Amino acid sequence: MTQKKSDTPDPKIPSGPIESKWAKHKMDSALINPANRRKYTVIVVGSGLAGGSAAATLSELGYKVKCFCYQDSPRRAHSIAAQGGINAAKNYQNDGDSVNRLFYDTIKGGDFRSREANVYRLAEVSENIIDQCVAQGVPFAREYGGLLDNRSFGGAQVKRTFYARGQTGQQLLLGAYQALQKEISAGGIEMYSRSEMLDLVVVNGHAKGIVVRDMVSGEISSHAADCVILATGGYSNVFFLSTNAKGCNVMSAYRAHKRGAYFSNPCYTQIHPTCIPVSGDYQSKLTLMSESLRNDGRIWVPKNSQDIGKSAHQIAEADRDYYLERKYPSFGNLAPRDIASRSAKEVCDAGLGVGNGGLGVYLDFADSIQRFGKDVISSRYGNLFQMYEKITGEDPYSQPMRIYPAVHYTMGGLWVDYNLMSNVPGLHVLGEANFSDHGANRLGASALMQGLADGYFVISATLPNYLVEETPGSISTDMAEFKEAEERVRDQINRLVSINGNRSVDSFHRELGLLVWDKCGMARNEDGLKEALEKIPAIREEFWENVCVPGDSGNMNQELEKAGRVADFIDFAELLCNDALHREESCGGHFREEYQFTKDDPEVSSGYTNEGEAKRRDEDFAYVAAWNRKEDGTLNLKKEWLEFENVKLATRTYK
Amino acid sequence: MKLTLKVWRQHDASSEGKIETYEANDIPQEASFLEMLDIVNNEIIENGGDPIAFDHDCREGICGTCSLTINGVPHGKESAITTCQLHMRKFSDGDTIFIEPFRAKAFPVIRDLVVDRSSFDRIIESGGYVSIRTGSAVDANSMPIQKDTADTAFDAATCIGCGACVAACKNASAMLFVSAKVKHLNSLPQGLPEKDKRVLKMVEQMDKEGFGNCTNQYECEAVCPKSIKSEFISELNRQYATATVKKAIG
Repeated sequence: MTQKKSDTPDPKIPSGPIESKWAKHKMDSALINPANRRKYTVIVVGSGLAGGSAAATLSELGYKVKCFCYQDSPRRAHSIAAQGGINAAKNYQNDGDSVNRLFYDTIKGGDFRSREANVYRLAEVSENIIDQCVAQGVPFAREYGGLLDNRSFGGAQVKRTFYARGQTGQQLLLGAYQALQKEISAGGIEMYSRSEMLDLVVVNGHAKGIVVRDMVSGEISSHAADCVILATGGYSNVFFLSTNAKGCNVMSAYRAHKRGAYFSNPCYTQIHPTCIPVSGDYQSKLTLMSESLRNDGRIWVPKNSQDIGKSAHQIAEADRDYYLERKYPSFGNLAPRDIASRSAKEVCDAGLGVGNGGLGVYLDFADSIQRFGKDVISSRYGNLFQMYEKITGEDPYSQPMRIYPAVHYTMGGLWVDYNLMSNVPGLHVLGEANFSDHGANRLGASALMQGLADGYFVISATLPNYLVEETPGSISTDMAEFKEAEERVRDQINRLVSINGNRSVDSFHRELGLLVWDKCGMARNEDGLKEALEKIPAIREEFWENVCVPGDSGNMNQELEKAGRVADFIDFAELLCNDALHREESCGGHFREEYQFTKDDPEVSSGYTNEGEAKRRDEDFAYVAAWNRKEDGTLNLKKEWLEFENVKLATRTYK
Repeated sequence: MKLTLKVWRQHDASSEGKIETYEANDIPQEASFLEMLDIVNNEIIENGGDPIAFDHDCREGICGTCSLTINGVPHGKESAITTCQLHMRKFSDGDTIFIEPFRAKAFPVIRDLVVDRSSFDRIIESGGYVSIRTGSAVDANSMPIQKDTADTAFDAATCIGCGACVAACKNASAMLFVSAKVKHLNSLPQGLPEKDKRVLKMVEQMDKEGFGNCTNQYECEAVCPKSIKSEFISELNRQYATATVKKAIG
């Protein structure tokens, strides 16, 4: 492939062999002496794994940190809901793992759409994360000998996933939260809970502050700093139904985008294969069943449509299609998420789905319960089985779970360079909110790894590269830029509460979500995307004329909070669909129906891959799409062409 | 299903609150309790009313945000669940349901069913952590920990900080919450250097926040969505006594 010229800012990838890039970069990076660090103020928005760990670590180093979250406590950030585990290249299992292998698995898992240098650094740092978390007292699962236990996750053939029952995210987040509280106690962090960032303040082209609404008093306030870090998670809730918490939103990232930050690869959305199926239109969210269940559960549907409607027990072994084991014998039920999700869609589209509306497949534990006993299965997944039972009223020990894919994670996000700084100087973006490490598909147990890598180990080393050039404390909220941003924020709030229409915010959000899921969900095509792009402006128009936000803005007003978020989701949905329309290839979580392998392709006839698998077009699309929103709202595409020096671009196969 | 809801309404922290009545019609029994409230709120909004404020986020029982007292019981009468995990199939058509906030002096009401639980954050801030700096950790497997010890620490660490224990206790005691964090950290080797200091500081902060003391009613354990055991409270008392004596004699 010929290397093409990028027109994004320099991603600042260090030179030299990949194994030494991070070490070299740290050596070449600026340092700020401990006495001077306290002169710098750093704003961190978000208190999940990335934001919480960054705030704690930067405070330990001596920076003055102001941390903001919309939840009532930093301990409730949505990282807490991650179930299965966290990857690390420790090779404690002696099964052939290494930094190189984790690096390769992640690049391949991401369908060759991520930046090599960032991914290699992630794999390198992964080992330190486990050490750090254990030292904090995170109670990871252990073997009888007292050492740490591991399990397998999708897209890997080694056991490198560390876990704490089905609550790994919770335990890691509590570790980061406790570190954060330790620093609050030490006076290094000012914590603002129930506070929502409503705008980014840019002074002379640099990110220097934010405007915030106190969600209890309704007060609007400005906060100045020497730099701003966003760690605000992903945008799955643009689909309304997702596994994200109800409050998760794209507002901070999108408002930064409106102030000039490039938004990258929004069309890379992850649809998780194992969620509890939708049961009715009253439903407010979807619930994930951890990927770890695929270690012991077997996924199947009936082979024949005449068996639809029978209970699972009535279907003979020979009449079941364990389609993942059949199609991907090497990885079986642990095929990566995008592939497992599309396969579920395929069998359901073929009319073989089970349960309500035919939108479900079985995840069956009968074999494992027989092999290991109910107690062992219960000790591994007890809380997940209980969660399933509570929601569905069915007992997964005696009948298979019914699962269906649901939106879960978003690989796209704000564009960042190797220092995790966006194209707006001073604005740094960590965790799910940036685009950098997972390409077009994230492997299971890698989100926690990335959030903590960015927060504990990367940003503390790279932030001084920006700060050292700045005069600390030179920014004040009296500056005109802050007044203008506050004005913009107040205008929007006043507009929202004065519309007095007759449709609830949720009704717009549901309508938008359904459209985006339908046209830009698990499978996309040109016609559908164009249709969505025609319909979104109509939703926006009605929203701004007919939304009802009761009450006023001077106190707690949950409808007002939602309205601001949904307004941004509507605009963001357009960006998402535009990105999906422009990317005329299939890769990872972005599946364009026009681009898939057919039986005429040599890769299929040779048996290398299957018909219907995603077909990339590297020559034209091996780049990071970085969308620049101009003042008038039009979009301008910048491209960062990816350079693959260590990994050979190949058709991804898990057969 | 058709239900009658008796809901606590309170405009803000300084206003007086009162119970108001709402009819909930056409509620599917598959809906969760919070989805039932979504339906009711939607109707209130469309009729030009003021929707009921309540706290919620993950809606899968792990973030600890949701916090309703349902028919007098925090998180409702089903055992080992959060409010968001309660489903309407557990109620009968025609039921009257009382919905109130988690009540305690240390959890002041902010609006309607929303309370301020920042007192819990301040308790953690007082000592609920291991003072380890980022980057200074040794290899994770250099410190083997007996599986039983790790499992018990996990059982305690699973607390989601929702505050149901406080709301259920007639003394509004936070001892189950405090004992869970003390048990988690003090039973692991990583937590040992700060063991005594931790228990003293956390109990001191708990008292300062206005939580009551434990009189062995075990209501806390009964409502805990994560089934945290009340025996941790006995252990907290033992550790507190030991630490106090050690401090007194130097």
